[in-house]
Amino acid sequence: MKDSKSDKVVDIINYFLLVIVALLVIYPLLFVLSASLSDPRSVINGEVWLWPKGFTLDAYAKLFQNQDLIRGFVNTFKYTSVGTIINIVLTIMAAYPLSRRDFVGRNVLMAILVFTMFFSGGLIPLYLLIRDLGMLDTFWVMVIPNAVSIFNIIIMRTFFQSIPWELQEASIIDGCSNIQILTKIILPLSMPVIAVMVLFYSVGHWNSYFNALIYLTDRDKFPLQLILREILIQSQTDEMIQSTTESIVEQQMMVEGLKYAVLIVSSLPMLILYPFLQRYFVTGLMIGSIKG
Amino acid sequence: MANINISSKKTGVTKVKPERFKPLKKSLKRNFDLYLLIAPVLIYFLVFHYFPMYGVQIAFKNFNASLGIWGSPWVGFDHFERFFNSFFFWRLILNTLGIGLYTLALAFPIPIIIALMLNEARNAKFKKFVQTVIYAPHFLSTVVVVGMLLLFLKPDGLLNQLIILFGGEPIYFITEPSWFKTIYVFSEVWQTMGWSSIIYLAALTAVDKQLHEAAVIDGANRLQRIWHINIPTIMPTIVILFILNAGTVMSVGFEKVFLMQNSLNMSASDVISTYVYRSGILEAQYSFSAAIGLFNSVINFILLVMVNYFAKKANQTSLW
Repeated sequence: MKDSKSDKVVDIINYFLLVIVALLVIYPLLFVLSASLSDPRSVINGEVWLWPKGFTLDAYAKLFQNQDLIRGFVNTFKYTSVGTIINIVLTIMAAYPLSRRDFVGRNVLMAILVFTMFFSGGLIPLYLLIRDLGMLDTFWVMVIPNAVSIFNIIIMRTFFQSIPWELQEASIIDGCSNIQILTKIILPLSMPVIAVMVLFYSVGHWNSYFNALIYLTDRDKFPLQLILREILIQSQTDEMIQSTTESIVEQQMMVEGLKYAVLIVSSLPMLILYPFLQRYFVTGLMIGSIKG
Repeated sequence: MANINISSKKTGVTKVKPERFKPLKKSLKRNFDLYLLIAPVLIYFLVFHYFPMYGVQIAFKNFNASLGIWGSPWVGFDHFERFFNSFFFWRLILNTLGIGLYTLALAFPIPIIIALMLNEARNAKFKKFVQTVIYAPHFLSTVVVVGMLLLFLKPDGLLNQLIILFGGEPIYFITEPSWFKTIYVFSEVWQTMGWSSIIYLAALTAVDKQLHEAAVIDGANRLQRIWHINIPTIMPTIVILFILNAGTVMSVGFEKVFLMQNSLNMSASDVISTYVYRSGILEAQYSFSAAIGLFNSVINFILLVMVNYFAKKANQTSLW
């Protein structure tokens, strides 16, 4: 297609605006990275704009001496891995029967599950239930109340339905059991959508703090995000600084550097993970959007 | 040959077909394993979603720990009346609705514009790069985003240093109630605009290339083609998502508001969900806060039913 002069102008303006949008998104992130690698003094004095000033890894060194933070990382890692496995297994277990056209009662079951998207009893009855079940302050309270998401069940069910039914029909005639069809035919064909689900669920576990805030009081079980909240938002950073020789001003400087470093370290795992799965996003989300 | 193949396939289908439509009993027998498969998920939903719906009856009772949910005495609508007459009622409603509408006004249209712009970028590498960048904030936690906001917006933070550089006076963004909603909404846009554009990008792949070719022959320029071809193609998606978003204006999430809240900006930042948390979990007024939660759930549900009704009328597309 040949462009007219006005089209070329539109093209240039479009590229320019997209660059601006990308810069607006990436600049705060780059600033945090630079600030974490800079001398805290330069950051407070406003000397850091883009590149690190007075390059130092002090903040990161201090970070890895902090016991709360390390424990938070370990806890979050456990919650994320166990939680995601439970999520994926249950999502498949619900999505496969619901995708089968010969599964009588699937519409009723679907309606029962979907209704929970639109109405809930609210926080308090759920809290009382979990308390009565004796789940407060246990490992399981971090993985069971969010064991499966109906939205993801719908996405996966729609994906399963897009696999030609004839394939399954042939296997039924050949005498395959339903479980064999699922494990030998459906799952191998569904790896892209499973990869996207693993990403969605694990990001959810890694980043959530709500359940921990409500259900956990034992600091030893706190996930990373609650520790982050203390450091970044409640600024309970006294314990963060173990050295007592530094003056108060020095300490405040150190805390400042720590905050930037902790932002980077806690976000890095997910920021590294997603570009690898990016090409599946459109498939995953588009399939889900068909059914809303 | 082709004909024979198709017909033999068809007979294959008809052989199985009768079984499909036999009653539940038959299906139970043949697909017994499928019912076993879904049973744990059904139990999960009954316990963690339906049981709390039943337990919400404490909103109409005076919850007494020793009597439990079932034994506590009924009090009717007392807790609702107390909430409607309380000092907090209008403040909570207006803040919740204000944040919801403000978010809808900005966070809804911007992803559409970004998707249309990305669709025009013909350099595939550039497009991929911009996409990777603008998706990134979606993967940051709420704690991290609010932590960044606090660092950037504090009196000696990045933004105020910029203001001072241009000769202005530092602004106390974090504690100033009048800034709360703006900070909330703009950071929301920053975090979600890339991710939310994916769905429109997907819809734009359905645009018919022949329409564009024909329009070029007719002398339409690029802006005209975007306006008359691309936007009409994704219009159903836009309408559906607008209606879905409009249905959630009263359900502002807890996580971010709670983290951005402080004692000084409370008059602008207190919303229904944070109030339920304070009075319910922290002050253990279970019945009272369950009533507020139920009130909010019912409003959300009514909004959604209305929205679905309009979706049906406007688009012949609906949620159920």
